[in-house]
Amino acid sequence: MQRLALAVHEAHSQWVRDVVPALGGLALHFDPAFEGNVPDAAAELVTRCIKEGLPSSKAVGRDVEVPVCYDIEFGFDLAELSHKLKLPPEEIARRHAAGTYRVLMVGFAPGHPYMSGLDAALAVPRRATPRAVVPAGSVAIANEQSVIYPYAISGGWSVVGRTPLQVFNAHRPEPSLLQAGDRVRFRPIPREDFGNWA
Amino acid sequence: MGLEILRPGLLTTVQDLGRHGLQHVGLCPGGAMDPAALALANALVGNEPGEAALEITVLGPELRFRREALVALGGADFDTTLPHNRPVLVAAGTQISIGRAKRGARAYLAVAGGIAVEPVLGSRSTFLPGRFGGLEGRHLRRGDVVPLVPGCSALSRKRFATLRHRRGRSVPWWAPALTVPDREPVLIHVMDGAHLADFDAAVQRVFFDTVWRVAPDSNRMGFRLSGPQLARQAGNEILSGPTCLGTVQVPAGGTPIALMADHQTTGGYPKIAEIVSADMPRLAQLAPGGTVHFTRCSLETAAELRRDARVRLDAVLRGIAWECAG
Repeated sequence: MQRLALAVHEAHSQWVRDVVPALGGLALHFDPAFEGNVPDAAAELVTRCIKEGLPSSKAVGRDVEVPVCYDIEFGFDLAELSHKLKLPPEEIARRHAAGTYRVLMVGFAPGHPYMSGLDAALAVPRRATPRAVVPAGSVAIANEQSVIYPYAISGGWSVVGRTPLQVFNAHRPEPSLLQAGDRVRFRPIPREDFGNWA
Repeated sequence: MGLEILRPGLLTTVQDLGRHGLQHVGLCPGGAMDPAALALANALVGNEPGEAALEITVLGPELRFRREALVALGGADFDTTLPHNRPVLVAAGTQISIGRAKRGARAYLAVAGGIAVEPVLGSRSTFLPGRFGGLEGRHLRRGDVVPLVPGCSALSRKRFATLRHRRGRSVPWWAPALTVPDREPVLIHVMDGAHLADFDAAVQRVFFDTVWRVAPDSNRMGFRLSGPQLARQAGNEILSGPTCLGTVQVPAGGTPIALMADHQTTGGYPKIAEIVSADMPRLAQLAPGGTVHFTRCSLETAAELRRDARVRLDAVLRGIAWECAG
């Protein structure tokens, strides 16, 4: 999916404004001024990209290191998770930071990544009642995925830590820290270092 | 040089045609809820169709023009002394009060030269959820001064002087409001959603037979539609998939949501229908409490409707351009 998305994106069709890879499909958003037959044009474009050969998976995505503070102040669901998973909070943090993650898609909110690669021992369902507000930069888990909340928004995932990085900043040339296909590693940082990134 | 906000109204924001090409990082295009009305207002003051203007919602603002300016209010009919859908050269110091919407829900106040806020990611549109774009990423407040382009007054006088027909500070004609509904329920065309078949035949009938009401908690992100609840057959888990302007999704509670300009780019709820792009501006003209009725159409019909809407808008824009080129 990521390889196809990259190929279609690089094909630079003048009528395709957006190429959006998601878990359940790939969307091509056409300019409404396009006069032709949209399904035919989309099929032709995708077929051509596949015929010409998709980029290798190595060509898709970058390696990104994300500093995370797993202090209980930021990872405010660690205590509850510890109880549920029967693992000490430090062990949850260690296992979370040990994984290599792949960004499956960016969606829900600008810059919000869905990442696979969570240690199966940490898999928990989403919280029954979502929190009204989860602070920006919160790193959270559910099922076998991890996410980072770009803004203070409501969310139902269990929060294990927080990154001092800005996940989305419209005033940066590259507004989103992460894109679909990126390989992500979390690096634990101590509480006293958290402020040094801002 | 600016436009003083004496009273902000319910939700007044700077909007243009939005920012494209960033949906893969979760950012929807946003922009004017009714781009046709925006294009109309802009054409009336001699601007390009996508120039930034003020989007006024349901209850309008009160403003004061510090300098002379050519302005036009396009789209919904509001209770105001400013004539609708006409260019008006307002004198320096003029105060304009825009009251309640009488027909439709959204109007655009365009000024010659446009609104001079800094573009963010290629657009001047306010994106409220991300708090960027427009004026400091927020809706207008009392005391704000909305920046206009330098030389706006001179440009305004020049453009007004080239109008073929003038009467006083305005013109003896007006442009037709293309998207403001005459009556309700508004009939909106939809194509089958990706998960329509996940709803059994009776539920599908309910969706198409119901006159839906736009719920009070609707906003620029989505219109919640109150009416009967739509139960989905217990079935396949839905993977989070791409969404689009006009996607109608049905969360677990059974209340459908039509995705509007500031929508999420992906969603994990079943998609029952996709509203055709030609009808989105008319839907955007519904205020909370407004009613809507859906009729099913094919992709080919959707394309025809889109072309028809384009042709109608282009004809009106050409007519206005002719009046402006005296």
